[in-house]
Amino acid sequence: MSLTRHLNPRTLPLIITTTLFVALFGFGAISYDAFLSPQVFLNLLIDNGFLLVVAIGMTFVIISGGIDLSVGSIVALTTMVSASLVQHHHWSIWVILPLVLLMGCAFGLLHGVLIQVFRLQAFIVTLGGMFLARGLCYVISIDSISITDPTYTALSEYRLALGEETFISLSGIIALVTLAIAIFIAHYTKFGRTVYAIGGNERSALLMGLPVARTKIMVYVLSGFCSALGGILVTLYMLSGYGLHALGMELDAIAAAVIGGTLLTGGVGNVIGTLIGVLILGVIQSLIAFDGSLSSWWTRIAIGLLLFLFCLLQRIIERSGLGRKAKSTTA
Amino acid sequence: MSVTSIVRHRLFWPCVTLALLCAVNVFFNHNFFALEVRNGALYGSVIDILNRAAPLMLVAMGMTLVIATRGIDVSVGATVAIAGAVVAVMIGGTLVIKDGVQSYVANFPMPLAIIAALAVALLCGLWNGALVAGAGMQPIIATLILMVAGRGVAQLVTEGQIVTIYYEPFFFIGNGFLFGIPFALYIVAAVLLILLYLTQRTALGLFIQAVGLNPTAARFSGISARALVLWVYGFCGVTAGIAGLIITSNVKSADGNNAGLAMELDAILAVALGGTSLDGGRFSLIGTLIGALIIQTLTYAIYSLGVPPEINLVVKALVVFTVCLIQSERLRSMLFTHTARIGEKS
Repeated sequence: MSLTRHLNPRTLPLIITTTLFVALFGFGAISYDAFLSPQVFLNLLIDNGFLLVVAIGMTFVIISGGIDLSVGSIVALTTMVSASLVQHHHWSIWVILPLVLLMGCAFGLLHGVLIQVFRLQAFIVTLGGMFLARGLCYVISIDSISITDPTYTALSEYRLALGEETFISLSGIIALVTLAIAIFIAHYTKFGRTVYAIGGNERSALLMGLPVARTKIMVYVLSGFCSALGGILVTLYMLSGYGLHALGMELDAIAAAVIGGTLLTGGVGNVIGTLIGVLILGVIQSLIAFDGSLSSWWTRIAIGLLLFLFCLLQRIIERSGLGRKAKSTTA
Repeated sequence: MSVTSIVRHRLFWPCVTLALLCAVNVFFNHNFFALEVRNGALYGSVIDILNRAAPLMLVAMGMTLVIATRGIDVSVGATVAIAGAVVAVMIGGTLVIKDGVQSYVANFPMPLAIIAALAVALLCGLWNGALVAGAGMQPIIATLILMVAGRGVAQLVTEGQIVTIYYEPFFFIGNGFLFGIPFALYIVAAVLLILLYLTQRTALGLFIQAVGLNPTAARFSGISARALVLWVYGFCGVTAGIAGLIITSNVKSADGNNAGLAMELDAILAVALGGTSLDGGRFSLIGTLIGALIIQTLTYAIYSLGVPPEINLVVKALVVFTVCLIQSERLRSMLFTHTARIGEKS
């Protein structure tokens, strides 16, 4: 522990995560010729932009000391509502987008109110939300709805050239913009600081006169909004709406946040870490895809293993007394 | 027993819910309670519901104990898949023609395969327990790891295929009848009796409640909370393993992707419906069984009403919210004492 004593526990997981990402990317670069190119890196953002957006919302929730298991289903519901409205009802995309974002916020508001006002456990409430959103998908349609609307296809195919042969998609750009806004919110607004304060110690936050109830509800609204935004990106990525889209995404989002150094006990973490967490998940998928001989289920095992190692690391940091005094875990 | 004490009984509301659901079923299907004997076996809607609820009842019983220790196990679905994969791969079935008669022979003896599957399930449970009790992780995160990785492991075992079982004696576990009653129900009854004995006739039940109500106090009063929690998770893994055997036997194949999908949610819901507080402490195994039956009867009602089965999830969601709100002390105090200021519960 003598080494860790000199390191800040808040940045230690982030340092390890960044090192791991560089190592994984470096491993890919050595093993596969085409790996070390800006486009492979940008593809990580293109293919995981929606996960990044969803994981950002999740990061805020976890920092506040909560959890949101409904994100994947809200993503699916967003794709379903968008696809149904544009294909079957021929609504304009500019009406649909605000509508689905509002829907995501409404889900978040429902969760937040149930958790904060009625003092229910976050995971059981959001579990209910998960059932509800997934079920509503199937109420709309059991089958996948393909989108042929010209505006959607145009947005989906849009690529911003960043050089001769490198480009980034619209969802990659939106994800980066969301990241920038999230960093601003987390570190430069009252809301962001209150979220950290609540996660650190809710009672102290309350005694300091911070608007605990409002902020906690807003955190879930934010997560709902991010899920809906992520859902829009998935709609653009897949060009379809389907009740089985984003199955298990809540786990990927939690994994990304945890690998990125967000402590599950709340109060510690940051959005940049989540970006690197998402990139690590993406790079693992790329490595397995590049290898070609490994089957897709190795991704799940690798993510599980990483999650395990980082949770263990968190415990070690907490136990060595560097972190805050371990809160009694009631969840 | 006076009326109020009956109404106040913990199992009153779960029983009422179940009775109401049965009434709904009877209303739309007058033969709901009808039973008939075919080929020496009982058939009927009620038997069907009981039989189909068997895996859920088993998993939910394990989950009850975990929740009673203030924990949660979201990996049971993955454990179901792993146990199913192990038993399917070990039994499989090879076609052998002996004296002109075709028959299927198991790759490994069936008892060995079953023991191996249950041992793997126990290991899964102990792994969760070690993370929770040993490493001190939050239960939901500790078991989340196995939930993420578990399906990958199950697919690793089956090599990504859906493994079909041809060995007939194995089908008895999930499809067989003993004295006219589905065999799976005997398994549920056996597990229930063992658990009831352990929790009500020995101090184990009290220990579990003590750990759930106040882990620190439990430790100071001499209960080795860590070992207890470890084995409670281990036991939950075993019940998930048994459920995996029943499901695999029932569908005669193992699918690493879909076996036991969303089972963790149903199990948690069954526990909550049965009146066990999700905050740990007091628990009711019988209540959990009733909860599992409520879920299965609800599913049955939805199917028999001709409502698209997809609505099932929406209904379940509404049930989750309702049950949680009923359990919410805050809501009660809001309803009954308007003026009382409720202090912050951290």
